Amino acid sequence: MPFDTLPARPGLGLKPQHYAQILANKPDLGFFEVHAENYMGEGGPPHRYLAAICENYPLSLHGVGLSIGGEAPLDRDHLKRLRALVERYQPASFSEHLAWSSHDEGYLNDLLPVPYTPQTLDRVVSHVDEVQQVLGRRMLLENPSTYVLFEESTIEEVDFLAAIADRTGCGLLLDVNNVMVSAVNHRLDPVAYIDRFPVHHVGEIHLAGYDETTDDAGERLLIDAHGSRVRPDVFERYRHTIIRTGALPTLIEWDNNVPAFDVLMDEVRLVGEVLDGTLNRRLAS
Amino acid sequence: MTSQSPFTRALTDPAQPVPAGLVSPRGTADSKRFAVYRNNVHVSLVGALAARFPVTRQLVGEEFFTGMARLYVAQTKPKGPVLIHYGDSFPDFVAQFPPASGLPYLPDLARLEAAWTEAYNAADAIALAPADLSTIAGDALASLDLTLAPSTRLVRSGFPVGTLWSAHQTTPVSIPALSGSECVLLTRPQAHVRLTIIPPAACAFLEAIGQGRTLGQAAEAVLTVFPDFDPGAALVGLAGLGAFTTLTKELADV
Ligand SMILES: [Fe+2]
Repeated sequence: MPFDTLPARPGLGLKPQHYAQILANKPDLGFFEVHAENYMGEGGPPHRYLAAICENYPLSLHGVGLSIGGEAPLDRDHLKRLRALVERYQPASFSEHLAWSSHDEGYLNDLLPVPYTPQTLDRVVSHVDEVQQVLGRRMLLENPSTYVLFEESTIEEVDFLAAIADRTGCGLLLDVNNVMVSAVNHRLDPVAYIDRFPVHHVGEIHLAGYDETTDDAGERLLIDAHGSRVRPDVFERYRHTIIRTGALPTLIEWDNNVPAFDVLMDEVRLVGEVLDGTLNRRLAS
Repeated sequence: MTSQSPFTRALTDPAQPVPAGLVSPRGTADSKRFAVYRNNVHVSLVGALAARFPVTRQLVGEEFFTGMARLYVAQTKPKGPVLIHYGDSFPDFVAQFPPASGLPYLPDLARLEAAWTEAYNAADAIALAPADLSTIAGDALASLDLTLAPSTRLVRSGFPVGTLWSAHQTTPVSIPALSGSECVLLTRPQAHVRLTIIPPAACAFLEAIGQGRTLGQAAEAVLTVFPDFDPGAALVGLAGLGAFTTLTKELADV
């Protein structure tokens, strides 16, 4: 039986090294998320395990390669592969990024930044429309982490995302770590960003760990690294977000230097406490 | 508008300056900020190769592998976002990479690793069981056209790359003698990829079947080169490893 919505609970990214443990122990979790591109082989163990895990948990399908912010038309073959996955696994959610990753040279395997102008807005809106039309469902679009600004940008990121959601009917994925990374990198206030974010469109939250370095001026530069625990300042902003939004499906993203499953479950417990705390506050009020 | 073409060019060529129009909050071009994107592209693609070629990496060491992989990444980008196919041409690159020439078995070992991920991700199919063959009469058997399972791969090498690969699946690794050729068969009989070193005659038999010859034609061709070849035993052995997929209805009715 397909699960058709993500529960407002903690979820984890699914990693091959944890397949067997998850199926054996059935940990108490709201959902699992996978990168769609990792399940685009024709068959074999990845599909076998994913199918077994989908029997027990709602699935969030998270694309990383569609290049929605790209200047080029969307890759029709890739859209077809996504549609096949959506039909096969009936995920409770499909999400992608406000970024581009493919150009004439090929696929660059990074989420690259988009300038925010009326022209780029039109382009992203038409791409999101196309995705939703091909997949026959609403998608969530994720706010990016960025390291540079475009001089030509005339629209603030929050307004850009809100306009896409309003014009396409898509939902938004609010990555609080990305908010923190971009805010520090661009000397903005992360709380002001979250307070202006159109939370009624948010269908999922991402949390992850960042790394830290410095820019040419020796000033703090955060890197969206997905290779550690969620940093305390991101958790603080997450708590702030959840007070504003109420409980939402919340994913721990840990894609590099993946730790033992128990370490991930520790993070899940921390998220669970925040979500339960909100519930209690709401019940008490 | 800042086009994605100059961004891409600067991303893939570190000699280029930061593209015009990209700034820090101070309003200045900032090379360390742009370098984050360059680094992400390289590190993630080198990581994809390291994941696909783990034994190659173990054999040359992390530093050597990363240097070699960075050069490959600089000249070969993935064709699309499905990275399980990335690195198909990496073994050929390794073969042409002068600093690796001291390890003549390395390109074939990399070929074996590329074939392993192909076998791992190939389409699912029901394997032909040896028992399925026992119901077919002798002359019908000789005219059978068997189909290789989608996951079946053969790697022939002048080096014992199957033995070498297997030695790296356990710790501590004991490096085997590095002389002698091998035919390595990869199959996926149940959920997992299985590696088997098979005799040259069985390898030639399987190749002939894969080229569309009937079992009779394939056996005949192999017997001219290997007079002691036992096609029946080879057929049962190969079927037992899951090398073939089930007979199509039409063929089963012969
Ligand atoms: Fe994210």
